Amino acid sequence: MLTLKNIKWTAPEGTQVLKGIDLEIPDNKIVVITGPNGGGKTTLAKIIAGLEKPQEGSIIYKGNDITNLDITQRARLGISYAFQQPVRFKGLTVLDLLQLASGRDMSEGEACDYLVRVGLCAREYIKREVNSTLSGGEIKRIELATVLARHTDLTVFDEPEAGIDLWSFNNLIDVFQELRDRRSGTMVIISHQERILSIADTIAVIADGSVQSIGDAKEILPELLSGGPGCVQCPKKEVHYYGGISR
Amino acid sequence: MNSIRKPMDEMTKQLLKAVSDYDDTLGYTDAYSIRENGVCVQRKSTEHIKIEDKKDAPGMEIHVLPGTRGERVSIPACVTHGKIDDLVYNDFYIGENCDVFIMAGCGVHVSTGEPARHNGIHRFFVGENSHVIYQEKHVGTGSPFSIKSIDPVTEIHLGRGASLEMDSLQLGGVDKTVRETSAFLDEEASLIIRERILTDGSQTAKTDFVVEMNGKNSSVNLISRSVARDDSFQSYTSKIIGNAPCAGHSECDAIIAGNGRVSASPTLDANDGDAQLIHEAAIGKIAGEQIMKLRTLGLTEEEAEARIVAGFLK
Repeated sequence: MLTLKNIKWTAPEGTQVLKGIDLEIPDNKIVVITGPNGGGKTTLAKIIAGLEKPQEGSIIYKGNDITNLDITQRARLGISYAFQQPVRFKGLTVLDLLQLASGRDMSEGEACDYLVRVGLCAREYIKREVNSTLSGGEIKRIELATVLARHTDLTVFDEPEAGIDLWSFNNLIDVFQELRDRRSGTMVIISHQERILSIADTIAVIADGSVQSIGDAKEILPELLSGGPGCVQCPKKEVHYYGGISR
Repeated sequence: MNSIRKPMDEMTKQLLKAVSDYDDTLGYTDAYSIRENGVCVQRKSTEHIKIEDKKDAPGMEIHVLPGTRGERVSIPACVTHGKIDDLVYNDFYIGENCDVFIMAGCGVHVSTGEPARHNGIHRFFVGENSHVIYQEKHVGTGSPFSIKSIDPVTEIHLGRGASLEMDSLQLGGVDKTVRETSAFLDEEASLIIRERILTDGSQTAKTDFVVEMNGKNSSVNLISRSVARDDSFQSYTSKIIGNAPCAGHSECDAIIAGNGRVSASPTLDANDGDAQLIHEAAIGKIAGEQIMKLRTLGLTEEEAEARIVAGFLK
């Protein structure tokens, strides 16, 4: 599906963020990329979607070198990208975004189906503007709905858990579990969260701009949780709340 | 019922369709008056909406009888050639307990290099507990060498418990516009104004709002969205005055592109201790991340910009 070869990227101010990433993303699998903050995960996600261009290395998607293709060209080849911090628009409604995502006029009923899948009461949201009146959890779910509406072969989710409350997070996990059960395309998820890591087929740990370890989730996750070779700062152990009391 | 039915210029029909829901076959179905090059060419009053010539100036008086509900009146004006400077005074008298829709679009078309201008001065006297939706859409078409100007003046008087929603739209082709809107609100009256203006080339648009809330629990929500492209310039001034316990909100958002310039000068005057007035303003280019988001959905950069602008001005 997707092969990253020796990807190197240096930030404009001179810091080398990615120091030669080699990664193989197989068809119809869920690959979760984890690792400490500042390790280069988000940069890598942006490089896959074309939001950033590597200074060295190549990206092979379905056998074709897409390294020099821009964002639009990659989107049209079937790569979707869910932003870590979803973008807000004055004037564009949720329905507008879903229609743009699907590339066609979509009935309200169809659009509602996508919103229901991400746990939103569709009737309340379909005509709302995607503006600053939406909460972090709401806009995150709408972001997920827009990538679902694209039905692409490869979707990159950049920290889907970032900036959302506990209730929204639980719903989010449900969405990913449903996606896993449907096996709808290949998913690359950047995440720190144990429950997202637990739905992965493959886990890659990226730290200090390099792949520190990669392998079957069943093997990597226990190592991470025991503070094994992956890295000491990840993943975040989740805090569960029962009746408002943390335990 | 008085009525006028003279032949209309074909261009007038095109402009009517551009600024309103004019139908080639049916025309307008309710009360209406169509002005073409400074002269009324078609008019129809109805049982509840009477349209008459104004006696002391060019223009007309529109009387909506008390209790009229669910009816509409259209009073578009068109200029179809150069060397026209049309000035018209239209007064609306809306009785008590009405609920009506008023359409007052304006289209200016000039095929030569001569200038043309329409200056419509509209006054609204809205009776107690009445609700009015007022829409005006302005377009300019034809030769790029002619200066097409539309200068609307709107004066709104809202009686106790009355409400008016004004939608004003100018989406291109008008080289110069100076728009003045003033409103005076009695107790429990509410006003919503949504203005959207797109300028390009070397067009200029000046828009000026003054709203006085004189009655207890009156409210205004003034929303202005503008896009200034190329070398165009827009200036926005607003003054919301709270003379009683009231709520006022204004919001001025502008997108600038190319060498477009926008100046916004909002003013809030609270003359009562219980007046709550808010203003929000933002001017800037289309955010790069907005373009990126739409590109990740498969749009090109140009398509993304066009979609963002269209949504912003929707």
